[in-house]
Amino acid sequence: MSERILLSARELDFYYGTAQALRKICLDVPQGRVTALIGPSGCGKSTFLRCMNRMNDLIPGARAEGSLTFHGREIYGRGRDVTQLRRQIGMVFQKPNLFPMSIYDNVAYGPRLHGVRRREALDETVERSLRAAAIWEEVKNRLRRPALGLSGGQQQRLCIARALAVEPEVLLLDEATSALDPISAARIEALLGELKSRYTLVLVTHNMQQAARVSDRTAFFLNGELVEAGPTDRLFSMPRDRRTEEYLTGRFG
Amino acid sequence: MERRREKAVETLFFLCALTAAALLLLIAAFLISSGLPAIQEIGLRNFLLGRIWDSANGEHPRFGILPLLLSSVYGAAGALVLGLPLGLLTALFLAKAAPRRLAAAIRALVRLLAGIPSVVCGLVGMTVLVPLLRERLDLPAGDGLLAAVVVLAVMVLPPVIEVSEDALAAVPRSYEEASLALGATEEETWLHVSLPAAGSGVAAAAALGAGRAVGEAMAVLMVAGNAANMPAPLRSVRLLTSGIAMELSYAAAGSLRQRALYSIALVLFVVILLINALLYFAQRGGRRPC
Repeated sequence: MSERILLSARELDFYYGTAQALRKICLDVPQGRVTALIGPSGCGKSTFLRCMNRMNDLIPGARAEGSLTFHGREIYGRGRDVTQLRRQIGMVFQKPNLFPMSIYDNVAYGPRLHGVRRREALDETVERSLRAAAIWEEVKNRLRRPALGLSGGQQQRLCIARALAVEPEVLLLDEATSALDPISAARIEALLGELKSRYTLVLVTHNMQQAARVSDRTAFFLNGELVEAGPTDRLFSMPRDRRTEEYLTGRFG
Repeated sequence: MERRREKAVETLFFLCALTAAALLLLIAAFLISSGLPAIQEIGLRNFLLGRIWDSANGEHPRFGILPLLLSSVYGAAGALVLGLPLGLLTALFLAKAAPRRLAAAIRALVRLLAGIPSVVCGLVGMTVLVPLLRERLDLPAGDGLLAAVVVLAVMVLPPVIEVSEDALAAVPRSYEEASLALGATEEETWLHVSLPAAGSGVAAAAALGAGRAVGEAMAVLMVAGNAANMPAPLRSVRLLTSGIAMELSYAAAGSLRQRALYSIALVLFVVILLINALLYFAQRGGRRPC
């Protein structure tokens, strides 16, 4: 099967003010695969993730140079509709960040925003998204209850449902399991396994076992540079760069 | 020695705090003891629901405060209808949209507005707003409920803006990020996420504004017309506060008329207490588990 490249970075530099956070990143994200970004804290993996849906725009002084494309179109191109981009590239954050609203309203927020008003259509989208995020059975009888009453793991799965409700092509996960207990984290991992058949996933993780278990491809970042990227099996068993090997064997990070 | 001094200072603080509480109780006791007799004499029903206030009538004085009570309620409600949206949008602008220096400048101006004495607000209302309403709406007189509402709306702006801006600034950034990541614009995010998330603070702002509007006497005295009519937008009205202020010096000491004015003060006190109770519950309701 030939791989279609969905997201592609070429010589991507990124700055926070005068501090350079990414240096000449070149990385392809194939469609329908799980790509894991690993590396020690401050290596730039989260910055790179947040370039893809331009969440970095919110930080004053942040700017990108070089090329980063989605479906061949520049993400940082002039006149790019960022809201449209973020509908196509959804994001799940490290800590669950549900709105202080009901479970239903959280999931319906995106569709409503994008103009879905009909009750049946909303109901259907909410149910489909909750099922896709493997939380429907747990919440179907309390859709009107406050979302913040759920457990941390449930909240995170609800965040995934909320992101899926706007029907993105790509889902970015920024250490989405690191604030959860091991059992909740395992459930999310299992969920990612189900989602990868329908979505392109890019996840940032500190947890190398997680990257090894879930991802098809892995990219190792260090000090703002992409050290090495490749098929996960190969990268973990036969790293080509000494720094990758040292990181994987726990010599730093 | 050191220990004893500490103890003394502590006692002093406690006594100071006690004074404030004691003064409130004293005022409450005074209002109840001086306000209740007239209510008993007139009858609670006649007093609260009587539609005619004609206290100066020597032979058949009537002490129904419904026109005053409703005028106060409508005045405050109208002030919020105008002032709350304006104040909330201003607060949104200050908390989220405005460049830092512009926000600081506007904040300073709002604080200045808060410091303008109510008699000055009344004066401007009397010399600018009232003639304007008279000419534009082709009325015999421009003073009345509408003029009072507009002046009160201006006066409730500062507390409404300040309290709701604080509430909006306290909305966790993560909520807004979640909304933006779903493809919402910043404006949509502020309206659909930030504002609802600041709900309890907004309710507190509304209650504070209502308290301010109900309690204001001088400015409304100068623009409301002061005839004790049942309220209508363009009619001359008298509010609870202005009713007391304008008549107190004409009422003979110890007369039923004077005691009825104390009763009005008691009603005003109860209304303010109710608004504060609302405020309390609004703030408590907003505290969510972490």
